[in-house]
Amino acid sequence: MSAYLLNRVAQALFVLWAAFTVSFVLLQAMPGDAVLIKFQNPDLGLTAAQVAEIRASYAVDSPFVVQYVRTIGKFLTGDFGYSVQAGVPVGTLLAAHLPATLKLATLGFLLAGVLAILIAFVSSLTRFAWLRGALQSIPSLFISVPTFWLGIMLIQIFSFRLKLVPVINPAPWQELILPVMALAVPISAPLAQVLVRNIDDVMTRPFVVVARAKGATRFWVLWRHVAKNALLPTLTIAGVLFGELVAGAVVTETVFGLNGIGGLTERAVGSQDTAVLQAIVVISALAFVIINLVVDLLYPVLDPRLRTKAGVAA
Amino acid sequence: MTTFDTLHNEAAADANRQGGWRADTATRLRRAPLGLALSWLILGIALLWAVAPSLFTGYNPIEGIGGAQLKRPGAEHLLGTDALGRDLYARIVYGAVHSLTGAFVAVGLGLVVGTGLGVLAGSVRRRFDDAIMRVVDVLLSIPPLLLSLSIIILLGFGTVNAAIAVGVTSVAGFARLARAEVVRVRRSDYVEAAFGSGGTFASVLWRHVLPNSLTSVLAFASLQFGSAVLQISTLGFLGYGAPPPTPEWGLLIAEGRNYISTAWWLTTAPGVIVVVVVLAANRVSQSFGKAPA
Amino acid sequence: MTVVLESLPPVLEVEGLSIAYRDGQAERRAVHDVSFRINPGEVVALVGESGSGKTTTAQSIMGLLAANGRVESGSIRLNGTDIARWSDRQLDTVRGAKISLVPQDPGSSLNPVKTIGAQLGEIFRIHGALRSEEIDHRVISLLARVGLSEPALRAQQYPHELSGGMRQRVLIAIAIALKPQLIIADEPTSALDVTVQKRILDLIDELRTEYGTSVLLVTHDLGVAADRADRIVVLQKGRIQEQGATAAVLSAPRSPYTRQLLADAPSFTAPSRLPAVARLPDSRAEDDVVVVEGLVREFLRDGGRERLRAVDDVSFRVRRGTTHAIVGESGSGKTTTMRSIVGFDRPTAGRIEVDGTEISGLKGEDLRQFRRKIQLVYQNPYGSLDPRQSVLQIVSEPLLNFSRLTRAERDEKARAILARVGLPADALLRRPHALSGGQRQRVAIARALVLDPQVVVLDEAVSALDVSVQARILDLLDELQSDLGLTYLFVSHDLAVVRQISDTVSVLKDGRLVEGGAVSEVFEAPRSEYTRELINAIPGQTRRAAA
Repeated sequence: MSAYLLNRVAQALFVLWAAFTVSFVLLQAMPGDAVLIKFQNPDLGLTAAQVAEIRASYAVDSPFVVQYVRTIGKFLTGDFGYSVQAGVPVGTLLAAHLPATLKLATLGFLLAGVLAILIAFVSSLTRFAWLRGALQSIPSLFISVPTFWLGIMLIQIFSFRLKLVPVINPAPWQELILPVMALAVPISAPLAQVLVRNIDDVMTRPFVVVARAKGATRFWVLWRHVAKNALLPTLTIAGVLFGELVAGAVVTETVFGLNGIGGLTERAVGSQDTAVLQAIVVISALAFVIINLVVDLLYPVLDPRLRTKAGVAA
Repeated sequence: MTTFDTLHNEAAADANRQGGWRADTATRLRRAPLGLALSWLILGIALLWAVAPSLFTGYNPIEGIGGAQLKRPGAEHLLGTDALGRDLYARIVYGAVHSLTGAFVAVGLGLVVGTGLGVLAGSVRRRFDDAIMRVVDVLLSIPPLLLSLSIIILLGFGTVNAAIAVGVTSVAGFARLARAEVVRVRRSDYVEAAFGSGGTFASVLWRHVLPNSLTSVLAFASLQFGSAVLQISTLGFLGYGAPPPTPEWGLLIAEGRNYISTAWWLTTAPGVIVVVVVLAANRVSQSFGKAPA
Repeated sequence: MTVVLESLPPVLEVEGLSIAYRDGQAERRAVHDVSFRINPGEVVALVGESGSGKTTTAQSIMGLLAANGRVESGSIRLNGTDIARWSDRQLDTVRGAKISLVPQDPGSSLNPVKTIGAQLGEIFRIHGALRSEEIDHRVISLLARVGLSEPALRAQQYPHELSGGMRQRVLIAIAIALKPQLIIADEPTSALDVTVQKRILDLIDELRTEYGTSVLLVTHDLGVAADRADRIVVLQKGRIQEQGATAAVLSAPRSPYTRQLLADAPSFTAPSRLPAVARLPDSRAEDDVVVVEGLVREFLRDGGRERLRAVDDVSFRVRRGTTHAIVGESGSGKTTTMRSIVGFDRPTAGRIEVDGTEISGLKGEDLRQFRRKIQLVYQNPYGSLDPRQSVLQIVSEPLLNFSRLTRAERDEKARAILARVGLPADALLRRPHALSGGQRQRVAIARALVLDPQVVVLDEAVSALDVSVQARILDLLDELQSDLGLTYLFVSHDLAVVRQISDTVSVLKDGRLVEGGAVSEVFEAPRSEYTRELINAIPGQTRRAAA
């Protein structure tokens, strides 16, 4: 077991290092760097010599390898550099923006999970073919809707037409209703699709027939036999869902003007603030790697078939 | 142990055959026109918009008409006009070319590079396979939108650059699928039988492994098409795609946002178009996936 | 009929049962006007080949037809009450309590993520039959009753920790838990090895006598039906061909279909084969086309820490023009031995010679050229044919690999061999999925023969086929052997078939050669205990003994 654990951790660290390197190469090789964009602005009235001095202070002129080694060293100590645009350390910037995003993401993910499970379970329990058809076509509709447009439509309908959610000075909980809905839709779609497919798949297995032959009701079979077998494999798409969550956060925060990591990302790209963007990329990769690591370690605990295999290996 | 599984699978297959394949075709034909034919029709129209937009509208998508600002949808302007008096329908029609070529470039990039990597990984020796799959792991570890954004920072804004940025994010998916398929097919009895009847590595790869593994890769490609349209419109909306006044669909929605309380059609119409095109593409790809291999 | 019997009404009475499956808009009838009855304590066998409707009939009795199936007409009376049109809610009270099921595939019939104890105890919870503190105790005594060692430990284990035979015992425990009146056993042993099969069927018999339960035994194997059933119902394409007392049906079958089935079933056919000496008078005794000496194959497990000997010092010789069978149950090493001989697997030690070529050192082009001498026909004809190729392409591909024939010459040769194996000309351009199982196996045989090999290896090549199809393929193989002078290496678990078609046999167990020699000697006077057990486990003994 410990050999397996070490191997997985080493793999995770490699992926993380490689993700850092990829993002560093992508972002450092960019043509117009952020320093120039900000300080060459004629309004500031800086001379060419002054700009050069500022560039030196940001160390943007050192050789590529030196910058790479220096940056990686700083990242390891938790120093993500300096935001050129905001003029504060990236770490401070992230800390200030993280809570809003965490709140949005958690609520959005929960709502998505509830939606997906409702769709999957109700559609497999119902006896009405039309209801099953309708429910099972929801995910393919959800997956085809652009998140940003959905957000705008929600504002248009709930704020402007029905005037249910105020646009100006909303209460903190009111402010979150629409973004959470907009974020939940694109995440619930793949989750529901995987769940529906898994349930259909498990339903055809012979042990379901055996359970029915014991006299169990359809609900009993779904709840006590199918649910765990169908839910387990959804863990494997946790990483994909995290990616969707990040994309969804960037878009919804932009649409709803929320002050989180997503909005920060959008502004960083607009102003080519590479330090901020790289920190966000590396932290996302870290989160992704941790999620997958946890899933890999959790799976044998939840699935008895893998548990004994791991036990044999130990 | 598996002897009787196959016996019963065959029984099922026999039963299907006995059901008469004529009846099967009939139902397929009867069902097809509803959803699938409509989907093909939608994609066909969108393609025609992209190829020959002037056949569908007489209005200029870039130059507005004085005094016709923010008109509601009506007989004269099918989907209304924007703040500069430009016909929205004309802008959507002319915008098709940006969304569709973007999606084609993105999917093409992912298909060629990703499938190439995947087939290579699936057919070569262990160590090389491991190396390729580690690269794929790294690509997967960065959330797709952030990867696109990083690439856009590198390449700069614009339609083609946005398409490339989207395409790169799909490379990993294509590579994984292609590798899995190649590995699956390589394990099959008919591939071993082909070696057994004297086939060389190259001939077996060409005659059996590639044809049988690429079917689902192509189905995946058509599914990615819809997703690429979505991602490109997202980048356009965020302002990283084509610059204004290009009538790219995502950008249209972004521009309409400023009039959200007064001119609902400016955001609603282009969004509906995106949803309909993506739905149609996904429906068509589903039919590819179900086609007998 | 006596007064006593009349006072005991039948447990189950099926009358005029017709069942249809909806396929898109069309409905296809799978069971036509089927009637039979099961008396208390009786075993009735539903016998038929694939597509006969036997499983559909059994499913309908429990109300567990697939979602697109429905009972069109007829009645299913359980103790006189028609349950054919009962709702799920009503049937839930009957399933498990009055009628229970022993399913066909023990491998997938238990929930992989729940313990054995939980799955057995569940049936008491569903029916509220026991107080929950009594359940654990009852579970353990039931597991002990069906012959599981350490029942308390088994109750804590998960299905994958048990062997196939043990899992089937658990499923039998579930089936008898509430002492039902009728047990439906749907091919209960077809996924198990023959020796295990016999023990499981013995257990069902024993419990049936103990509880006085009736059994509906669904099977494709007339031998099993002959050994175990009081009465037999023969189904073909959803219609009853014949039914009656077992002895009567077997000794004096009335329908031509039953007669054909009896003639085709290998378990009943006496060995008709002439001894090799008589068939091949002019062959030299030392002309051995396959020589295997001291074959060993080890697999490394757990990253090299553990060695598993799949094949352990196996030796045998096969004379040109004869059929040699390699027999064994799962895990016996027969498949590994076979794969070493055809050059798909490299032995750890030992010598293999095929038609004078020593194969252990062969690589690259030499190995490729070697393949002309020996060809393999797989167990599953669907998996071994490329689904995207036409029959003609499949059969002419080996020619493309080896000879410089023109396309027309290749086609001609492929057509000739396909005609030889009895494939209709209109099938040549079809793909494998448009062929029946038997036709597909004919294509696989044609592909093996098109290179004029010396040796053809048949890996369970007829095991997946219905008996009637199997009989035709075996006839064809026999014909081809005498016409072309082929040598067959026949790998199988089915001793009845082996006895019918082989000259010599090697019996493997746990990778070792237990016994070998002429089929007549091995079957008449087995020297090892294991061979004796294998032979005794062949179903259909009762009828052979009677005949």
